[in-house]
Formats: sequence, C-alpha cells, structure tokens
Amino acid sequence: MTNSIKELEFADVILATGTNTTENHPVIGMYVKRAVRHRNAQLIVIDPREIGLCKYATLWLRQKPGTDVAVINGLMNAILKENIHAKEFVETRTEGFEELRKIVEKYTPEYVEKISGVPADQLRAAARLYATANKSSIIYAMGITQHKTGTDNVKSLANLAMLCGKMGIESGGINPLRGQGNVQGACDMGALPNVFPAYQMVSNDEARARFEKAWKVKLPAKPGLTVVEMTNAAHKGDIKALWIMGENAMLSDPDLHHLEESLKKLDFLVVQDIFLSETAEHADVVLPVACFAEKDGTITNTERRVQRSRKAVDPPGKAKPDWEIIAAISTRLGYPMHYASAKDIFEEVRQVTPSYAGITYDRIEKTGIQWPCINEEHPGTKFLHRDRFTRGLGLFAPIEYIPPDELPDADYPLTLTTGRVLYHYHTGTMTRRSKGAMERYPESLVEINPKDAKRYGIEDGKNVKVTSRRGNVEGKAQVTKRSPEGTIFMNFHFREVLTNLLTNPVLDPIAKIPEYKVCAVKIEAA
Amino acid sequence: MEKKLPVTIDGREFQALPGQTILEVARQNGIYIPTLCYFPMTTPVGACRVCVVEVAGAKNLVASCAMPVSPGMIIKTDTERVREARKLVVELLWASGDHNCLMCESNGRCELQDLIYWLKIEKPRFDIKPPGYPIETTNTMIMRDLNKCVLCGRCIRACNEVQVNEVLDFYMRGSRMKVGPAFDSDYKNSICVFCGECMESCPTGAIINKQGRFAGRPWELQKVRTTCGYCGVGCQLDLNVHEGKVVKITSNKEYGPPNDGSLCVKGRFAADFIDHPDRLRTPLIREKGKLREASWDEALDVIAKKLASIRKKHGADSIAGLSSARCTNEENYLFQKVLRAVIGTNNVDHCARL
Repeated sequence: MTNSIKELEFADVILATGTNTTENHPVIGMYVKRAVRHRNAQLIVIDPREIGLCKYATLWLRQKPGTDVAVINGLMNAILKENIHAKEFVETRTEGFEELRKIVEKYTPEYVEKISGVPADQLRAAARLYATANKSSIIYAMGITQHKTGTDNVKSLANLAMLCGKMGIESGGINPLRGQGNVQGACDMGALPNVFPAYQMVSNDEARARFEKAWKVKLPAKPGLTVVEMTNAAHKGDIKALWIMGENAMLSDPDLHHLEESLKKLDFLVVQDIFLSETAEHADVVLPVACFAEKDGTITNTERRVQRSRKAVDPPGKAKPDWEIIAAISTRLGYPMHYASAKDIFEEVRQVTPSYAGITYDRIEKTGIQWPCINEEHPGTKFLHRDRFTRGLGLFAPIEYIPPDELPDADYPLTLTTGRVLYHYHTGTMTRRSKGAMERYPESLVEINPKDAKRYGIEDGKNVKVTSRRGNVEGKAQVTKRSPEGTIFMNFHFREVLTNLLTNPVLDPIAKIPEYKVCAVKIEAA
Repeated sequence: MEKKLPVTIDGREFQALPGQTILEVARQNGIYIPTLCYFPMTTPVGACRVCVVEVAGAKNLVASCAMPVSPGMIIKTDTERVREARKLVVELLWASGDHNCLMCESNGRCELQDLIYWLKIEKPRFDIKPPGYPIETTNTMIMRDLNKCVLCGRCIRACNEVQVNEVLDFYMRGSRMKVGPAFDSDYKNSICVFCGECMESCPTGAIINKQGRFAGRPWELQKVRTTCGYCGVGCQLDLNVHEGKVVKITSNKEYGPPNDGSLCVKGRFAADFIDHPDRLRTPLIREKGKLREASWDEALDVIAKKLASIRKKHGADSIAGLSSARCTNEENYLFQKVLRAVIGTNNVDHCARL
C-alpha cells in the first residue's frame, strides 16, 4: 500500500475494485465502512459481484468480469473531457501524459458501456467523484491482479491516480490489499525468482556482487522460474526436485490435473508443513513444522509494517520452526548455517535489505515500523511517493483493453470467477480444522444468479456440476443475486470441490499470475 | 493555539480543551471516576449513571462521560451525594441480573464486580430478580447470557460504530429491554459475522468467548502478543495460553495500529487448528509408495543427498523451491538464500500470485 491502513478512514473518496474487502480483509473493511458512516466519505465500488461493501457505496459500477482496463480508461476519458484532472501534478510529477491522452480518447463512456455493461452516466458520475475529492484512495486486490491483463489493470489504476494527483498524500494513493499474512514480507525478502531482498535484481551485476560478498559465494545471474512456470517445467522434465515450504499448490494452483501430473514426474519432492496437505501427500519427504503460535520472527503487513510474531506454545511432537530446518539442510549441503534465533537471522536481513536497515527487534517490540526505514533514527514511512516517485517522474503507461483469454461461448456459456469467503482462508488447511469457521461455512457453494438458475434448471441447495474445458466438479448451488447474470462464483477452500480443476492457467505475461477471475464454464443440475 | 478552559475538579484547577468531557479531563489528570457504559471512540451515551458527579449550579447530578466542560466549571467527584447515587445504580444493576461470579467466565475481569467492590457494597438492598432469559448456546464461538447484561449498550456501539456491522440494537422497552440482533434472533440466524467486537466490549459476563469457557480463569492466562496471519492486515492480538495450550484469542485496543484492537472471525476464533490432532509431529519418508515415520537425521540426510545428486546430474536449475507467505521474514530470507547461495538457482517463488 502507498498509504497506511488507518488513513483509509480519513479519505474523502474510496474507490474499491476487485476487492471483497469485508470478507477478505475484514478489518480494512471496517475502516472503509467507518469512513462512509461516520465521516461521510463517498465509496465507489467497481465489482461484478454484489459484495458486502455495495451496501455502503454511493456508486456501484457492475462491470463484466475482465473489462477493468476499459472501465478505468473510461473514467480517465470522462475526467479529461470534463477537464478535472490534476494539471499541476501531471505537469510536475509525471511524464508520458500525451501518449495516455491519445489512448484513452476512444474510451468514451458510451464505448465503455458497450464493452463493460457499466452505464455511461455511472462512469461519468464516478469519474467526477474520484477526480474532484481532496483525498481519494484506491483499494484493490486479486480481482484486479488475477487476470491475463493483471499488470495492465494495476498500471491503469496508477494512471488514474496520477492523472488526478491522488498520490503521495495522506489518505490518497493506491493500495493493494495483500491476501496472505506475510506475502508482503516474502516478496521483500526476495522469495521471488528475479530479485534478492529489497527488490534488488538478480540480473544486476552490482546487486549480485553485493550479495556475493555478503554470502561469500558466486551467485547465478539468470532469473528463475515463477510458480506456474515451475509446474510446467516439471511437466516437461526440466525440474527434477521441488522443495516446498508451507504451500498447498494442489489446491491453490490453476489446472490441477496438469499440476498433479507434474508433481508425479518429479524425482524428488520435499514438503514442510503443519498438516499433511494435499500437496504433502505427494511428497517423498514430509517435515513437520511449527505454526505461527510456536515460533518467533517478524512478518510484514500490507502497509509495509514489520511486526513481531511471538512464540506462545511449543510445537507438537518433533515439529521445528522452518528456519531451523532450512539451516540444517544448508549445513548438510556444505554451507554451514548456525543461527541461534530468529533475531539472529533478522540482524543479517537488515545488513542486506536497505529498506529494513533501521528496523530492530527492540524498536518493534511495541509497535511495528513501516519500511522504508533506512537507519535506526528513521521513524519509518507512513505513505509513499510524497515528493517523488521511486523512478523520479511517474510514468503514464498507455494501455489498450484486451478481453480475457477465455470468454463464454455456445458450449461454455457462463463465466466462472473465483475467490475466498469470509470464514475460510486459502486452501482451508487451517480454517477447515476450525470448529467455528466450519459451523459458519461448512461446504463449498456455487453462487449463481436466480435467472441463470432458472435457465439451467438449478435449485438452491441442490448439487450442480460445473464443467470447463479442463475438468468438472460438483458442488452445492446457492442461488443469489450476489452473482450477476451470466457469472458464477466459486471459492477454492474445499478439497471436495476442486475449483482449480476448472480455472484457466493462462498467465499475465509480466506478473505470471493466472487468470483465476475469468474462465468459461457450463453448469447443470447434478 | 487552542483556547484552554479553566475547570476545578475536587478543589484542583485544570486547563481543559474545548469539547473535552468532564470524565476525560479527570482521567487525564489522574482523578478516578468509575464508568460502565463509557466506551472510548464511540458516542458517549450517559446511560448507566455510574460516572455521575456534582457540578456547582446544576440541579441534578451530571453524567461526566457525556458532559463537555465549560469555563469555570466546579466539579466534585467524590461527595456523599455522588457516592449514594452510584451505589443505588450499582445495587439496582446487581439486583436485576443473575450475577453469579462462581461460574462466570468474566470473574476477575468484570467491571460490575470491580464497581461493587470499589463502592464497598455488601449486598444490594433490593431483592435479586434475574429476568430468566435462556442462555444462547447455538454457536461455538460467542455465548450470550443476557441475565448478566447491564444494558450499557457497549456491544451495540461496538457493532455499529466500531465494526459497522450493524447487527445489534436494543430490543423491547423498559424492564423488558434487551440487546441483540433484529427480531430477537440469536447470533447464528442473524446477519452477524462473528467478529467478536461485542464480546470484547462487554463489561460483564453477558457476552463471552465460548472457546475459552472453563479453559482457565482470567488471572491464570498468560497473554502472548503476536500478529495474525489470516490476511495481510497483520492485526495485533493476544494468544491466551493456559497449561501450554492456546485456549482463546483476545485483543487489546492499546496495541494501536493496524487494527486498534478489532479483529475478524478468523483472527479471533480460527486458531483452534493449532492443537488439532492432524498436526504433523514427526518427519515422514516415502518407502515403497507409503509415508513412514523417520528421525530428523534420517530425513535431513535423505534431502541433502537427493538434492546434491540431482544438482550434480541435472544442474542447479533442475531444482526449484516454493517459499511461503505463511512463514516469517526470517524464514523466507533463509529459504531464498539457500536456493541461491547453496543450491545455485534463482528458481524460488511463493504464493503471491495465487
């Protein structure tokens, strides 16, 4: 997030798109709702589903799944037409404006209405609201990123924010809401194929030289494979061994048939986990690990705040913290690692991660610090891009709308979009074993609009079979207007309903993120 | 510079800010005024009358939590009249409920109990007549015993003003008044999303964490502050530990950002997986197609040997690692370090994209 979480409560306008905030980030949803109810903030929701936030929204733009770039270009078209963009900000803080203007010219609200189904007047109203408020914040999540055009979607939002000067101010900015506890930290720490900690490129000679000096070894320059690419490489036989720490790919990855085949082709699979997950069941060696309540460390939240995680109880049986296991394997491979504690490791992290350099366990004992924090006197950074962007001027990226990879047709007439529900987390390894969560949401539901239900002879509470070009699954139907006509929604928390057998593994070419939010399916009573 | 207002409390003069309530000025200056319905960050309602004080010139006692100070105000917080009024209020509350501390989960952290003790009330002067409501036990997370409710309305404000879930309100009137979801429904059949904010705000034992029922008294629990891992918000919470087990989760407004003491259903109630019998307890090695138990040395030796031989035969890039957004920074750092520096490949990624 460029802003802090609590700043959202003080925004004048909040644009929420591709985020079902009240279910997936309930506490952020709380601040958004408070802004609306107590401070008269205006909320714009852009989402195909009637999510919980719609009740609080001034405007709800219900676009067809996967038409986000068109909608955002349409907003910018309306803003430029009404001449309400931030001229000074565009002049002094950005470049590439003319190219942007040229591209968005054809995205008139009427043209966008044809693509997205959002009425032109609603687009204009939303454009006015967003552009003319003092402090406008955008929040988004996987509804924006999990598309073939995920990178385009994000860049389009950045275009919109820069065009209106809603950047670099308190309560104004672009705020991705990250879905997993430490997904921010895992990225910051370089658990990515192309970067070292703090996003230093592995292909950059100077960066590599720094790490070679720190780690006292020669390092590879060629960027590695992303998660879905690894699966494909394993399928082809190029990847022989896979070492998985706390991931349940067998539920979370797209096109699971293909993934299962890939795992079977491996010579060696190691899985570290707290449960024998669907993925661990395929492993050659399974290692039992401590869960969050059984080990010390730090995790970094979506607003870049590095916070402590503390050991409260002992792990069960012989289970150990993941870091002890990694160190032991490293030592056996001839690179001795002897850390006495998680704090010891963090001290090393600080040395090689400039944005974390000023953060110490002592400093975050009571309250976490938001990176960048460059030295021990630095207070941390509440919001980003105050006076300049990381690259200097903000660069507009003119972007044309591209439709999703797989659109409904005569054979597969419906769109499937996927996501999480309030009571469960990701592949359900934890929440499916939690009494309360299971009591509230005991089985996977296929959400379908009443008109579609009628059309395909589907009854609420009865089982349905959902089929895509890649597979089929059965689940219980929930007939609800939350789903728009022509679109069904499914979650991926339940191993009994393997939604990701259906999803399309096509990737965004840059981010390599699968298009979980749009694929074509058909549905019938089971 | 904002204008300061001079006020006198219990004979001492203070400079107050415009808009501050009597209670706020008193507390800020170390003068104790008891409260019950007062709930910071929400609308002051002055409902319980426990915080009454004497204000010179005012005919009636004044609820200090709701009354803004005015210049020259002279306030007395501890007179005979004030003490009698507070006692009367607390005795009425005691007598109108089933405040049996013997089996109450809030024993030791109950604000009504504290008030009774502080006001030195031996016994209410009225007959104790609990309303006889059935206890709500229709879910495994939040248990409600409205016989212990003092109608302070804190849960209602927690639900509507803090979480903005808009589930709870007062229902019925007069002596039959109670709090709850619309149509006197239980939580389970209402639009409640089980964030537990009502429970955390309740000053008595009317709304309690059912997961922690009979799992340890408040003074026996050790609270360990940590960060929730159920999404990227990173809420601060307390794991409540008793005899080596996490028995329930509580939150604390004083921890500040990012969540100011609020949580959601997963953070507050979905930690019971920690001691689930399915937890892995020992390393496992596949032998003849089946996983069998192994020692750490055996498992780690197999891993090191296999990885080394595959690297030798097929090169470092034939090995890949998936790190985890469920693990700590330290673990993610080490994991990518081993892949890069020890195995010699950049094939490392995690679930950020999924």
